[in-house]
Amino acid sequence: MDFKQWTGFDKSGEWTKEIDVRGFIQRNYTPYEGDESFLADATDRTKKIWDNVLALYKEELAKGVLDVDAKTPSAVNAYDAGYINKELEQIVGLQTDAPLKRAIMPNGGIKIVEKSCEAYGYKVDEQTDYIYNNLRRTHNDGVFSVYTPDVRAARSSHLITGLPDGYGRGRIIGDYRRVALYGVDALIEEKKKELDVLNVDEFTEEVIRAREEIHDQIIALEDLKKMALKYGFDISVPAANAKEAIQWLYFGYLAATKDQNGAAMSLGRTSTFLDIYIQRDLDNGLITEEEAQELMDHFVMKLRMIRFLRTPEYNELFSGDPVWVTESIGGMGIDGRTLVTKNSFRVLHTLTNLGPAPEPNLTVLWSNNLPKGFKNYTSKMSIKTSSIQYENDDLMRITLGDDYGIACCVSAMEIGKQMQFFGARANLAKTLLYAINGGKDEKTGKQVTPRFEPITSEYLDYNEVMQKFDQMMEYVAKIYIKALNAIHYMHDKYSYEALEMALHDREILRTMACGIAGLSVVADSLSAIKYAKVKVIRDENGMAVDYQVEGDFPKFGNDDDRVDDIAVNVVKEFMRKLQKHITYRNSKHTLSVLTITSNVVYGKATGNTPDGRRAGEPFGPGANPLHGRDTNGAVAVMNSIAKLPYEYSEDGISYTFSITPGTLGDTVETQVENLTNLLDGYFKQTGHHINVNVFDRALLEDAMEHPEKYPQLTIRVSGYAVNFVKLTREQQLDVINRTIHEKF
Amino acid sequence: MIGRIHSFESLGAVDGPGIRFVIFMQGCSLKCKYCQNRDTWDINAGTEYTVEEIYNKVMRYKNYITPNGGVTISGGEPLLQAEFLVELLKKLKKENIHTCIDTSGTVALTETMKELIDLTDLFLLDIKCINDDVCKDLTGVSNKKELEFARYLSDIGKEIWIRQVLVPGITDDEEDLKDLSKFIKSLKNVKKIEILKYHDLGKFKWENLNLEYPLKRYRTANNADVKRAKEIMNID
Repeated sequence: MDFKQWTGFDKSGEWTKEIDVRGFIQRNYTPYEGDESFLADATDRTKKIWDNVLALYKEELAKGVLDVDAKTPSAVNAYDAGYINKELEQIVGLQTDAPLKRAIMPNGGIKIVEKSCEAYGYKVDEQTDYIYNNLRRTHNDGVFSVYTPDVRAARSSHLITGLPDGYGRGRIIGDYRRVALYGVDALIEEKKKELDVLNVDEFTEEVIRAREEIHDQIIALEDLKKMALKYGFDISVPAANAKEAIQWLYFGYLAATKDQNGAAMSLGRTSTFLDIYIQRDLDNGLITEEEAQELMDHFVMKLRMIRFLRTPEYNELFSGDPVWVTESIGGMGIDGRTLVTKNSFRVLHTLTNLGPAPEPNLTVLWSNNLPKGFKNYTSKMSIKTSSIQYENDDLMRITLGDDYGIACCVSAMEIGKQMQFFGARANLAKTLLYAINGGKDEKTGKQVTPRFEPITSEYLDYNEVMQKFDQMMEYVAKIYIKALNAIHYMHDKYSYEALEMALHDREILRTMACGIAGLSVVADSLSAIKYAKVKVIRDENGMAVDYQVEGDFPKFGNDDDRVDDIAVNVVKEFMRKLQKHITYRNSKHTLSVLTITSNVVYGKATGNTPDGRRAGEPFGPGANPLHGRDTNGAVAVMNSIAKLPYEYSEDGISYTFSITPGTLGDTVETQVENLTNLLDGYFKQTGHHINVNVFDRALLEDAMEHPEKYPQLTIRVSGYAVNFVKLTREQQLDVINRTIHEKF
Repeated sequence: MIGRIHSFESLGAVDGPGIRFVIFMQGCSLKCKYCQNRDTWDINAGTEYTVEEIYNKVMRYKNYITPNGGVTISGGEPLLQAEFLVELLKKLKKENIHTCIDTSGTVALTETMKELIDLTDLFLLDIKCINDDVCKDLTGVSNKKELEFARYLSDIGKEIWIRQVLVPGITDDEEDLKDLSKFIKSLKNVKKIEILKYHDLGKFKWENLNLEYPLKRYRTANNADVKRAKEIMNID
């Protein structure tokens, strides 16, 4: 391949011969080791459009949703072009024909669409409703047509929760960079070649499915071109300059969000790729730094406006309107050069030019070898905005190379070469209670699992509990994989992500991404049973409903091996049990310790636990210790969490860290320095992920009382960021009550 | 060698340079009315640890504290357990870990004490009050020893950060602050002067011990108080 749009690029290597974005980046990017002093302020145009957007936000916040098109099922090319302010926008494209107007995506499930519309006072168009209720099966219907009674029971008793059986699974990252680098026609050609590879003598089920999928991918790419044409752009050919590169890439991403209402619609690792185009234009005197920043500001503005129509229950689980437009920034190349470019700074600088925001989910891939200037800049921005999360590049690069990105919160995957079957999580705290009660639910008394022998002794015996807990984990792992296999079979069948998968290679690695919630509750409970005495309190039916702890015991989060080893073993054991089961499409088992904000909901559904936690109280988010149990300071918490084995939990281990500015140091310079050293230390200790919040408790309390004063107040929760004022009151209290490291 | 420890804080960022692992020693000979760690006074309370145990604990935090932080020993009054600290600091020195002691300096300069001072990289010296009458009333003891201690640190060229807790109505007298400033200027190697705002966040610890909080009638200090003190002392 050769295109005039590639003038000035180093064309050696394979990237001009086949789809190879990484090869292009490696040969053409300019590492940047300086500081942030080159950055430019927001232009007047930027400020003007952003004011338009803020006005729309305000209206949206008051109404819940700004507007809904309840007639047109969304698709890549279902809508006319839409604009915020056509004259001023440098990067264009909206999900529907008007800003913040939400689309319906009934392929996922018509009932959910109906419910979400009704919740906001809309009604699904009669004909559309008829089609999806009678003529066209949805993902949701498909799953429930095969669910078995054991899965249904585990699901309704919250033993397994948050399953993507009623919403889009998401966590697939299309390699949107391909659109800019190659143009869509070249991508279609490539897909046609793939079809030819699949023209084989043995027409097996797998081959047939793959051919149908690629067929759909080609249609999606054709639609992508048509969609762009409505905005006046011919993206059949490669992007010729920085503005086009951002525009082309954004069109790719936008098309994905028109095609799918995925739980996480992440962007990938785009800023360094885009830097190549920006740098070429800067070098040729075609744009200025102001204009480069303006393009990135307008791009990010668009990313902040991605919206999906979801039910209020979904929002209760995940808070606000999360999209997880995760952008992975920085990291190191395997040749030792940093992948930080000036554009890594520019994308973070949008937090200054447009103010803090939860989206895009800005994720810094941290390496001990990152340039000092970049480390300190990210620390500074964290202290200023609490809008950044960090993940351990030195850890992930070992297995994933240097062109992976984060989907959703903590799920790393090679861009365009890997996807995951998202699996939400199993409630391990409840699993432990079921082990004690022989599979009966501690709240309803229902027999949820087949009958196991319950524990009948007055005091809990560690070995007996462990043996029964092991059996119960075995059972949960089994039905968990059953449920996930059903979900992903049906998702592929009825709600296939054709556009996103069109931006992948033909042969990809699929992971079955399971998860656990309540790890610190389980670890503390087992520690209490082992190191203190735990007396069981039973109701009149002999059900264990409460526990009395006599004596002290080591608690997770204090860098105490006695209990931390228990947590490590629970992770390993559960993972091993999952691995015993065959997965859909032979996907690779992975595990995450991540709850997002659902630690509140899971806690609500779980009774008293043997560690002394009261029924209904939230779990610690992700891998965090339970609130108030850590008494040796934040670094001890980091050490405890860093012990959790990434090799057994490759889908990520999430830690949410909150600190007051004064505790981090007495001047801004020392705060920055200390935060940088803290991150270096945590990642050297092999921690995987950390959310950094820097704020005073009083600020949050004020924001609860006067939300109108804090429209952009952003805080990091497990794995992503939210608008604080959009959290439910319960979630706000959870954040405030959670340990904010504070020294006096 | 056994030491009595009150508690640990793994993220100290305001008690010496960089990120510090802070060890709060048990026991204090002063009776400061504003004490925020009232529960550290009793020399017989706390938990016993060997030097080895503490050393192993510190080493777990090496990744965080080695770039430009270290270990800070606070309390209570750490110098009451000087022999224990000599052993500990010897081991930490071998690992090139920066050490810092947060003290009032109200101790006799014995040979052990001098050895400990030699082993320590930095002292956070909390001058209770330069005015001895106020000092006696506030802490129960004279400031004579602590001023001598400061002078000794100065004479041997040890690095010092001076700390002054600003209690409005007690330690913020203009003349006293001027005297303090004069005294500090007479010391060599003072790298930093910290004016700490008096706060009452440690009040609950007194209440937990069923003790009356002595400074109930005094207000906490604010930024304006600090600004005024700094102007008087001519520091920034």
